[in-house]
Amino acid sequence: MNDMSQNASKNGAPLLSVDGLVRHFDVSAPYLNRLFEGLDRAYVRAVDGINFDIGRGETFSLVGESGCGKSTVARLIVGLYQPTRGSIKYEGVEIGPPEAARDRRRMQSHMQMIFQDPYASLNPRWRVTEIVAEPIRVRRLLSDKREITARVGDLLSQVGLSPADGDRFPHEFSGGQRQRISIARALAGEPEFLVCDEPTSALDVSVQAQILNLMKELQSRLGLTYLFISHDLAVVYHVSTKVGVMYLGKLVEWADTKTLFENPRHPYTRMLLDAIPDLEMTGRQRIPVAGEVPSPINPPSGCAFHPRCPHADDRCRTEAPAPIIHDGVHVACHAVADGRIN
Amino acid sequence: MSNSNEQPLLSVRNLRIEFPTRRGDLVAVDDISFDIAPGEILGVVGESGAGKSLTGAAIIGLLEPPGRIAQGEILLEGRRIDNLPYEEIRAIRGRQIGAIFQDPLTSLNPLYSVSRQLIETIRTHLPLNERQARDRALELLEEVGIPGASERIDHYPHQFSGGMRQRVVIALALCAEPRLIIADEPTTALDVSIQAQIISLLKRLCHEHGTAVMLVTHDMGVIAEAADRVAVMYSGRIAEIGPVQEVVRAAKHPYTHGLMGSIPHIGHHVDQLTQIQGSMPRLQEIPPGCAFNPRCENVTDRCRVERPNLQAAAHSEVACHLFDAPRDNSQMEARAGE
Repeated sequence: MNDMSQNASKNGAPLLSVDGLVRHFDVSAPYLNRLFEGLDRAYVRAVDGINFDIGRGETFSLVGESGCGKSTVARLIVGLYQPTRGSIKYEGVEIGPPEAARDRRRMQSHMQMIFQDPYASLNPRWRVTEIVAEPIRVRRLLSDKREITARVGDLLSQVGLSPADGDRFPHEFSGGQRQRISIARALAGEPEFLVCDEPTSALDVSVQAQILNLMKELQSRLGLTYLFISHDLAVVYHVSTKVGVMYLGKLVEWADTKTLFENPRHPYTRMLLDAIPDLEMTGRQRIPVAGEVPSPINPPSGCAFHPRCPHADDRCRTEAPAPIIHDGVHVACHAVADGRIN
Repeated sequence: MSNSNEQPLLSVRNLRIEFPTRRGDLVAVDDISFDIAPGEILGVVGESGAGKSLTGAAIIGLLEPPGRIAQGEILLEGRRIDNLPYEEIRAIRGRQIGAIFQDPLTSLNPLYSVSRQLIETIRTHLPLNERQARDRALELLEEVGIPGASERIDHYPHQFSGGMRQRVVIALALCAEPRLIIADEPTTALDVSIQAQIISLLKRLCHEHGTAVMLVTHDMGVIAEAADRVAVMYSGRIAEIGPVQEVVRAAKHPYTHGLMGSIPHIGHHVDQLTQIQGSMPRLQEIPPGCAFNPRCENVTDRCRVERPNLQAAAHSEVACHLFDAPRDNSQMEARAGE
């Protein structure tokens, strides 16, 4: 990681930069129903205009509650979804819009993804060797069969499995070991950028610790950059260099990890941090947060968080706040901008 | 222990749950004993496969065949309930022991409105007519904090959000004012902000009604916040049981210690998390002696052959040979406690 981060500071350009990214999903009723029942078209605004940069060697985390659009962002970046609007630049090359297909293919060869559920993301009928060798074959990184086997064995030992495990099937492994196989498969494509969508959510805490330690070690050894998606703030605190907090398709606050956790500004970030059950909390009475995440089909007017926000006023109800930069923290909140809360 | 002067509400004695297979019996829960006092919240933590949910299922008589209670007994207010005929345990389940499960969508019937499910449960257990049962249902929904309960009572489960559904499930569990609630991962499927709401709701209700709760979860944070006492399970055995403060702050068993170190903390930056090497053994591969011995840093030859029993250490009880010194005392105390 060290020489990589020095690299980044030398040229200064972010590895990945996302600008005004929007993805809407059409969930309208069928045409005839709309015609006869007078229904309008309906869209889920899964991602509704977000901006962020990720520098080389960094770990950028997106946190938020279910349905806030964090996994959609991950899928947009690796190209599993097409953006409705907005730009995604990888090493300065535009890969977002449909006409950038050729550049996207070229750039996406530097990216790999690790999924949440290690039970669903490995083909149960393939042996581990075949699973891990797939990216090598697809990218034609090696052609000789013996070389491929050797490379797979090497990858398996890198993630803490033994090369002999290659002959076994996924069902013979525990959840944590399967996630190690997923990581080995992701590394097989020789990526520099890994998108990890809740990689430890399906695992027990002691296994989660093993996987997080492995991911950190691989990052410093191979100079990887991570986009890390999680709903677990403690995990995010542990792994990330920068954190973005999402709410209903928007990035409400974005800052480096230390600043965000020590001095959260957006009322939603404060609420989330206050809601985590913590080991230090034994016996403490907390004030539970009111309300739930509204539907992304009909988000509230103005700032989407205003119905749950203790600081909301008339302006918040009508006008969506634009992100402002405040001591290096990107925050989208009228109350912070007006100095009503510090 | 602390509740030796009053009769425990629930008492589990030497419970052993087995699954017969062609290659012999798999022991999923191995000789565990614990008590729950009236109004107490006992947290049960452990990794998947540690046997925590099975223990809960055995208490409410919902152990699925071929799983069976091979040994031991379960006493509710001094009355043995593990060997009751189906109809009798059915009368206890719901009336005296309520249950809350992880996924609120699967514990509610999607074809019936919430009012119908609540009224049916209330009338099964309490001698009320339709009108009174409906009033009680409405009261319960208000109590668990469903806004606009009078309009929403006739809605179907799919019209509620996840957090609201879990509130309905809690209302269902409370229908007959049970003395004990078995809550199996009640907040695992929920987002953090909703999770905090449900935990404080559970705590408030227990406090107000004097209901005891067995809270089964893998989330140490939830336990730390909600429970009075906590039992840590490993490979079907209790590794450590004691007051929550002591187990969290001064874990004694090497497994509990490792488990606490592997949880990332906000505001406490470490480069690498403590990790326990390896993983929990499968049921057919539980080693002799202490089940944790292959992963333990303090392992001795004795741990590989002799199984440690729970013994007193400070205010907790711990099953580890490291705490063997005051052995005679602890046994005498245990006898005195019974």
